[in-house]
Amino acid sequence: MRILIIEDDRESADYLVKAFREVGYVADLAADGEEGLSMADSGDYDVLVVDRMLPKRDGLSLIGILREKGNRTPVLILSALGQVDDRIKGLRAGGDDYLPKPYSFAELLARIEVLSRRNVGPTEETTYRVGDLELDRLSHRVARGKDELTLQPREFRLLEYLMKHAGQVVTRTMLLENVWDYHFDPQTNVIDVHISRLRSKIDKGFERPLLHTIRGAGYMIRDGIR
Amino acid sequence: MTAFGKLIRTTAFRLTLVYLLLFALFAASLLAYFAWNTRRLITEQITTTVNAEIGEITGIYNRRGLSGLLFTMGNRALRPGANLYLVTAPNGQALAGNVGSLAPGVIGTEGWSETAYRRLDDQDNTDHRALVRVTQMANGFRLLVGRDLEERRRMFGIVAKAAQWSILVVVVLGIGGGIFVARRVLHRIDAMTGTTKRIMAGDLSGRLPVGRSGDELDRLAENLNAMLERIEALMMGLKEVSDNIAHDLKTPLTRLRNRAEEALARSGGEADYRAALERTIEESDGLIRTFNALLMIARAESGQARGNMDDFDAADVANGIHELYEPLAEDDDMTLRVKAAPAPIHGNRELISQAVANLVENAIKYGKPDAAVQPLNAAAREILIEARREGNQVLLSVTDHGPGIPEGDRKHAVERFVRLEASRTLPGSGLGLSLASAVATLHGGELRFGDAHPGLVATLVLPVRVGGSDRLAAQTQDVPQKAA
Repeated sequence: MRILIIEDDRESADYLVKAFREVGYVADLAADGEEGLSMADSGDYDVLVVDRMLPKRDGLSLIGILREKGNRTPVLILSALGQVDDRIKGLRAGGDDYLPKPYSFAELLARIEVLSRRNVGPTEETTYRVGDLELDRLSHRVARGKDELTLQPREFRLLEYLMKHAGQVVTRTMLLENVWDYHFDPQTNVIDVHISRLRSKIDKGFERPLLHTIRGAGYMIRDGIR
Repeated sequence: MTAFGKLIRTTAFRLTLVYLLLFALFAASLLAYFAWNTRRLITEQITTTVNAEIGEITGIYNRRGLSGLLFTMGNRALRPGANLYLVTAPNGQALAGNVGSLAPGVIGTEGWSETAYRRLDDQDNTDHRALVRVTQMANGFRLLVGRDLEERRRMFGIVAKAAQWSILVVVVLGIGGGIFVARRVLHRIDAMTGTTKRIMAGDLSGRLPVGRSGDELDRLAENLNAMLERIEALMMGLKEVSDNIAHDLKTPLTRLRNRAEEALARSGGEADYRAALERTIEESDGLIRTFNALLMIARAESGQARGNMDDFDAADVANGIHELYEPLAEDDDMTLRVKAAPAPIHGNRELISQAVANLVENAIKYGKPDAAVQPLNAAAREILIEARREGNQVLLSVTDHGPGIPEGDRKHAVERFVRLEASRTLPGSGLGLSLASAVATLHGGELRFGDAHPGLVATLVLPVRVGGSDRLAAQTQDVPQKAA
């Protein structure tokens, strides 16, 4: 995966480049808005990571120009302005996701992986499958092997989101944003409790667990062997 | 800038100048109208007199011939203050009258003309001006009758003088008045400026002087004072917050630093380092959360979040939060229930959700019934989220059956970083209730605490959405129809 980081703070930019390279991605760096715009425009990137406040050209206007030119590369906006309205402003300007600073790299990585898959094309399959777990999005039926599972509506949506991004790390905030549509930060481990309930329904009594906790990052659903 | 320069730059002075110009123009035009009309009237009078005399004299000439004419002429010309008369023979020779000399060509042109003349009996050698009419009589004789214009000139002179004086008086009075008004205004403005300078220098308690007249400047001063009051309150709040931040963020930062130091000093194995780093990350996450909460409160309090408001039903918020926290409560051996009736509000859904979430988190954390005081039955372990409409208020409340908050502590509870004695031992940032309270204030409501006998009822009291009841009534009617 090729990632372009447009960030003016040298240290955090270098940290990102290094961290992305460590997980095996190609990461390029642009230090200001104009350079970022020309690199994003000419290079073939899977994801752009754009800081909101940049010298020469600010992040939102950069995204606006790219979108006007028909460039649909997924953009993740990084910003010290973490409030709800700023987030909405960022998404309206054409960003695909918004991550307030300070962030953890695990969170950023998880979000980028989800974003880049979107770039491949919408995966609007009607049935998701992970191992012997099967979820039918139309009839809302969930089955593991031969056993039919009964899920609450919210559990169903939680599982649906996890299975849509099977094999990818999904963080707690991503779940809160995408399954519950809340953008605040609960002081307690609410999401963990929901996950453990879901886990007890889909993994309990089965030999191979599918829903995994990724330490320091979040959760992932995948077939253990793969 | 000199004092005078300041004076003439005032609005009052400039306005006075404008009025001055207008009044001067008015006076001038009034006098001009008067002068012009007087002149016309005098001219008319002269014309009538002259015409009458010409008619008379021509009649005498026609009836009594030249000798009669000359006789009459002689008589009339000698009267004191007489008109001007002149009779000429066909060869142009003067036969009778009191005119000594005339401008050349006047006698040759019939009809009215204005001319310079000199009387026969005049001692001085100055020319006077007169309005004269020349008529041709039978046998080539010509008659000139006219009247001196001195009267008209004098009249005009009087008016001109009046004009000069009146404009002078207007100008002097105007400028004097302008300076007086400007000085008065300037004096008060200077007093205000002095106060604002003191305030800018840092003395926020300064207030503008308010006079007793209740005029526009007083009202301005009153409003500015109200504004200063608000600014002072906000600044005090800000100072308090920064003191609290300094205190409550420094504590975890110090902890963070100590841990890092300890890990460095203790040169343990990789596992030790790893554990220390993990704790460090945990601690800094906590710091970030506290920081975010503080920012959120600040934004809610400053009213910045007002831009992001829409219409929704408080019942949806109650249901949503119930759904999110129900498993957590159950894990903690509590029951979370919801009772939601339609309650339309206009506001920031995210903030209100978070406020309710904070109340629920507090109830789960601190609302555990005290086993020593009451039997641990199911009812005591219940937390209730309730949304309902009461008149023009929407109430979003969270009720628990824990120890509650003593009446005296309730006001105190919403302050930032306040963690009541009873809860000191439990983790938490101490910002949850402050945020809920700030959110309520942002929406024009408040956070109220009540007694649940035993337990705590925390209620967000918010104004109902104006005009929202009809739409919502239509929505609720939908439900039974669908079911039917």
